[in-house]
Amino acid sequence: MTPGGGDGGPMKDCEYSQISTHSSSSPMESPHKKKKVTSKRKWEVFPGRNKFFCNGRIMMARQTGVFYLTLVLILVTSGLFFAFDCPYLSDQITPAIPAVGAVLFFFVMGTLLRTSFSDPGVLPRATPDEAADLERQIGNTEEIANGSNSGGYRPPPRTKEVLINGQTVKLKYCFTCKIFRPPRASHCSLCDNCVERFDHHCPWVGNCVGKRNYRFFYMFILSLSFLTVFIFAFVITHVILRSQQTGFLNALKDSPASVLEAVLCFFSVWSIVGLSGFHTYLISSNQTTNEDIKGSWSNKRSKENFNPYSYGNIFTNCCSALCGPLSPSLIDRRGFVQPDTPQPTPPSNGITMYGATQSQSNMCDQDQCIQSTKFVLQAAATPLLQSESSINSEDLRLPGKTSISAPCATLTLGQPTPPPSLPNLTSETGLADMIPLKEDLESHQFLTPEEAPSPPGMLAIGSPMRHSRTMHILSLASQDSLHEDSVRGLVKLSSV
Amino acid sequence: MPLGANQADNFNYMVHNLQELRQSASLATKVFVQRDYSDGTICQFQTKFPPELDSRIERHLFEDTVKTLNNFYAEAEKIGGSSYLEGCLACATAYFIFLCMETHYEKVLKKISKYIQEQNEKIYAPRGLLLTDPVERGMRVIEISIYEDRCSSSSSGSSSSASSSAGGGGGGAGGR
Repeated sequence: MTPGGGDGGPMKDCEYSQISTHSSSSPMESPHKKKKVTSKRKWEVFPGRNKFFCNGRIMMARQTGVFYLTLVLILVTSGLFFAFDCPYLSDQITPAIPAVGAVLFFFVMGTLLRTSFSDPGVLPRATPDEAADLERQIGNTEEIANGSNSGGYRPPPRTKEVLINGQTVKLKYCFTCKIFRPPRASHCSLCDNCVERFDHHCPWVGNCVGKRNYRFFYMFILSLSFLTVFIFAFVITHVILRSQQTGFLNALKDSPASVLEAVLCFFSVWSIVGLSGFHTYLISSNQTTNEDIKGSWSNKRSKENFNPYSYGNIFTNCCSALCGPLSPSLIDRRGFVQPDTPQPTPPSNGITMYGATQSQSNMCDQDQCIQSTKFVLQAAATPLLQSESSINSEDLRLPGKTSISAPCATLTLGQPTPPPSLPNLTSETGLADMIPLKEDLESHQFLTPEEAPSPPGMLAIGSPMRHSRTMHILSLASQDSLHEDSVRGLVKLSSV
Repeated sequence: MPLGANQADNFNYMVHNLQELRQSASLATKVFVQRDYSDGTICQFQTKFPPELDSRIERHLFEDTVKTLNNFYAEAEKIGGSSYLEGCLACATAYFIFLCMETHYEKVLKKISKYIQEQNEKIYAPRGLLLTDPVERGMRVIEISIYEDRCSSSSSGSSSSASSSAGGGGGGAGGR
């Protein structure tokens, strides 16, 4: 390599810049990279469970079956409407009806495809260096904590507290992405990604709904509710007009498609209008579905609990959510993999990865258990997904968990243990692992951060008394939250 | 923004500097400047000076860089008339306009990556440091790579024009 080689041949220039564009060019502009035909694009080695189409331009969740159902339902209903009702209606009333219907239809399809095909705001996983740096920092604080209460052989939960606009917010460490999740971010267990401003995973659109596609999603459900109401109203009009001329039964006989449309619209209009009303409320208070379900900012948790992200004004909240600046995708799907910087590509099933990272083995079973149980619960909550996802999760995760939990337990002890305590310990671990999950899902207003059972504390003592208390809290929390959130849960379930 | 011929030359030249830095020096460690969430989720970085950089760079130079970056991000995420206009226009076209139009945010990100390149060239590379664009790290951190044992002759020779303002730092690093 010649120093100061500004006069080097064009070949060399190309060579140099190819190697070092890593530090100098943003993901969006990659002038020299296109010459490399053999190198892989980043979406090909993307660690999350996503599907990519069109060479990385389109990104969806892995299970897309329900998305096609949505597509078929919308297409069939609108198609029948345009084919069988519109000719009659434009003759009898006004040609504006098909025109308005067409505009609505294209808007719905446009926003649906934008929601489904775009990156919801996935946070890229930490590079090995960044993860190591965080690990070092965590290690320091954990050593201090362990020094104070000796005998605890398990490190404290990995959370970091930050003050946001005067409200304390806990940032949780994500063991899969090796980062402290930024505020409002959450890990989607179906896509295995941390998503910024995570709202929910929506199988109907076949994607997560997060920071980058929330406005598309909202415009989709809003326009879809308009379209459904529009079609429903004019189908009824059509039937009434016809029955005035020929009688009700003859009218039904003349346009059987109208009956099908009316039934489809009648059953979908409630959930869709309800959902858009719910999301309008969320937008005007600047919350996410995730935060609302958990009750993160509800007054029940404490008197001075408030939403630190709200602008305090309904109008500003709406504008910032719908018309604010659209943040760029951070995962650079179409960029090329740098040969000199190995990408963090853990295998998607997560088994070998956990075996490999010895330093974190004490935490691996917890993470895996959360992952798997969350997965199963989500699958149970979404009956439409059940057939595919639950099989996947159990096949992939449970074997890994059972095989690994025992070595993990021995590793975490760090001191010789009498063998009989081992099964007891592992079962306790399994139980403790349910708690963060539960807390994660819906029991926030009952378990304030202070009284929430933390896995290390319980394990440090590991007595049967603790065990029963855990059980109690678990059942209590689930029972109460069932009552409390039933209404919202229904709305949520209809959306998820 | 397309690079002009002159800028392209500069670019190549700089690439050489950075490349030399990578070649002649071994990566000692990396420092990560974390996000500052005190004002919400808008992208801001902590201006606290990392102690690892103590002997490497003057405190005010580092703070200036981070503050400038923060200003850029604040500009990108500013909610105001122009962002509303962009949002409403995009909504009116069912968001299809983004297929052929760059968002304001993306324009600012390009400015940022140019600024970081410039800062690397002028200030950080002569001191054996290298900033990484936060967008490549998911906007979580500003990654600063610290290089050790750099071969002083090659890089100071080639970067003399660039480091005239930062001569003190370059000399300090080369003096070892």
